[in-house]
Amino acid sequence: MDIFTAENVTKQFANHKALNEVSISVPKQSIFGLLGPNGAGKTTFIRIINQISAPDEGQLFFAGEKLKPKHVELIGYLPEERGLYKKMKVGEQAIYLARLKGINKSEAIKKLKFWFEKFEILSWWNRKVEELSKGMQQKIQFIVTILHEPELLIFDEPFSGFDPINVNILKDEILNLRNNGATIVFSTHNMSSVEELCDHIALIDNAEKILNGQVSEIKNQFKSNTFEIFFSGLNKELSDVLNPKFQIIEIKNIDDKNSVRIKIKEKSSPNELIQNLLPHLTINSFNEIIPTMNEIFIQKVNENVGK
Amino acid sequence: MSKIFLIIQREYLTRVKKKSFIVMTIIGPILMAALFIVPIFIAQYSSEEKKIIGVLDETGIFHSKFKNSDDIFFHYIYTDLNSAKDQMLKSEDYALLYIPKTQIALPTSAIIYSNIQPNINVKSYIQRIMSKEIEDEKLIVNIDKLNLLPEDRKIALNIPNSIKTSITLTTIKIVGDGEEEKTFTELSMVLGIFSGVLIYFFIFLFGAQVMRGVIEEKTSRIVEIIVSSVKPFQLMLGKILGIAMVGLTQFLLWIILTFTIVGIFQAIFPDKIQNKNTELLIQNNGLGQKLNTQTITESTDEMSKVFEAIASINFVTMILSFIFYFIGGYLLYGALFAAIGSAVDNETDTQQFMLPITIPLIFSLILAQFVIENPEGPLAFWLSIIPFTSPIIMMVRIPFGVPYFDLFLSMSLLVIGFLGTTWLAAKIYRTGILMYGKNVNYKVIWKWIKYGS
Repeated sequence: MDIFTAENVTKQFANHKALNEVSISVPKQSIFGLLGPNGAGKTTFIRIINQISAPDEGQLFFAGEKLKPKHVELIGYLPEERGLYKKMKVGEQAIYLARLKGINKSEAIKKLKFWFEKFEILSWWNRKVEELSKGMQQKIQFIVTILHEPELLIFDEPFSGFDPINVNILKDEILNLRNNGATIVFSTHNMSSVEELCDHIALIDNAEKILNGQVSEIKNQFKSNTFEIFFSGLNKELSDVLNPKFQIIEIKNIDDKNSVRIKIKEKSSPNELIQNLLPHLTINSFNEIIPTMNEIFIQKVNENVGK
Repeated sequence: MSKIFLIIQREYLTRVKKKSFIVMTIIGPILMAALFIVPIFIAQYSSEEKKIIGVLDETGIFHSKFKNSDDIFFHYIYTDLNSAKDQMLKSEDYALLYIPKTQIALPTSAIIYSNIQPNINVKSYIQRIMSKEIEDEKLIVNIDKLNLLPEDRKIALNIPNSIKTSITLTTIKIVGDGEEEKTFTELSMVLGIFSGVLIYFFIFLFGAQVMRGVIEEKTSRIVEIIVSSVKPFQLMLGKILGIAMVGLTQFLLWIILTFTIVGIFQAIFPDKIQNKNTELLIQNNGLGQKLNTQTITESTDEMSKVFEAIASINFVTMILSFIFYFIGGYLLYGALFAAIGSAVDNETDTQQFMLPITIPLIFSLILAQFVIENPEGPLAFWLSIIPFTSPIIMMVRIPFGVPYFDLFLSMSLLVIGFLGTTWLAAKIYRTGILMYGKNVNYKVIWKWIKYGS
């Protein structure tokens, strides 16, 4: 079941179109990556999900129901540009933000104490926000975002401003949240974290959705049937012995280690390639090249520029 | 609804707990109390020039007893009281001291007539001389009753003066016909201008707080977190209302504390404030003589007139309408201040947008002086009806008495006015708070307003 669906969402600003007929479905209990270059319309889309702004056209559904103001209590949002009231005390402020999400005061205190202890920041409770470092503030913001146990969490660039250790803590928490039933939409430029975390993605470029689906499927879709072979003991020129069904993409020779990338054309198979190669060399390793999200991203966006 | 209450609560509590709020709350009443108290002191201790005082002594006891001092000169008058008063008004004389004839024994009272408030030095000088004379007289009268031999009589007269005579002086201010009315007008003017300026000051002070609050939320970027929980309109309204309550709290604390300080001051120095409208009573006491008090009922002296004037102004109406016009004017302008705050990235960018807000406010303050000269005129009427000027101008008019129709019209239009500005500001606000790094001008704001509809 999809927890969130957008159908043909269009948003027009005075001078440009920020979103053009974008449709997206976020499956329940998934981690959904919302990708796209700067200025593609991601933040506009996220603001529409959060009902901070309204679409000009299109419809939005939360768990099958039309998106309504009451749903804000079921959504947690960590914006990219985030901040806190500098002069307010940490605990006081966290309680305030939690109560705005509909939690009553005593429950908010109980939950906050739990999370503050978990993140080992309970000693900050009575300190003013302005006394904390940026990373410390980010932790508090993260806690405040997830405190009301929302069904849908939206993180816009959640890892910016964190050191690698805290990035890992955060990743673990995100996976925990997912395993406990939450759905996470997150927007990022960091493709390695997409590979690590996301099971679904949507790529938005120039106000339009240009790619959407399960990460594994997309990768399969984008693989070019290319294999990388590390080898030794070649006795002839590789191009001379290779069957025309196969095409050499790249030959490398680094530190006496030879490798070659070969693309298999249609009507053949990796087995046939191995058979073709075996008489002439010793195969040390044989791997299929699977495109990274980074490559897919760049390829798709560049294609889109061409259009 | 409960969320807007949360916002109001936060806006209120964070401000009320600030040091600057507490300092303002203490300093304000001290300044206001000083405004009441200092002029009284100054009136009593100032004026170094020579004072000529005419003495009309019906008893004859004090003839040539008043000795001239460095700055007080006495001359004696032998006409009746009314012509003496006229004479005093026509001449350069500072005051007229009238010692009426008494029926029983010694003179027991005296009155100072003056067209200004006589200062305390003059009064105490006269008091000293009179009490000395009367004490001497009492002594002689009592000793004579004893029929002593001349030698004993001398000794008796040297008995230390144990007969203390307490004296209070009456001062009566004489003014020509019609001028009595003037005191009322002056007081109304002062009250009118004072409350007009106070409204101006409050609108700017608390309006600017709204603006700074919005800028703070925008620059710290917390606004996006908050508007994912509540509607931008709720956040804006919550902030405006929370700060309005801060303003009201401050105002009420000022009133209470000012009255407390003035009250304490009155309790400590009662004669300095209160007793200017009482009679001069020279009381006979000691030696078994009957206490003889003569009361002068003609009490039209300055302070009592001020008190009368104050009593004639309906303070309940004043305070209630002040609160109404403060809230109304503040809401009207507060919404615009919020809109400005949302449109800019920092406080220095606010100047170009501040002008349209500042102009009607300063304009009202400047025109207030013409309004005060003719509080019933067409200028006063129109300015007190238009919502942008009415909070200040109506407060200037109210001490003079305003027809209920005007008041009703003005209040209704002010309510419509602030609903209008809030509606307009909300449109600017909800777009503005999420716009960063944009060079905003009036054209852009106009687009936001159109875009919202």
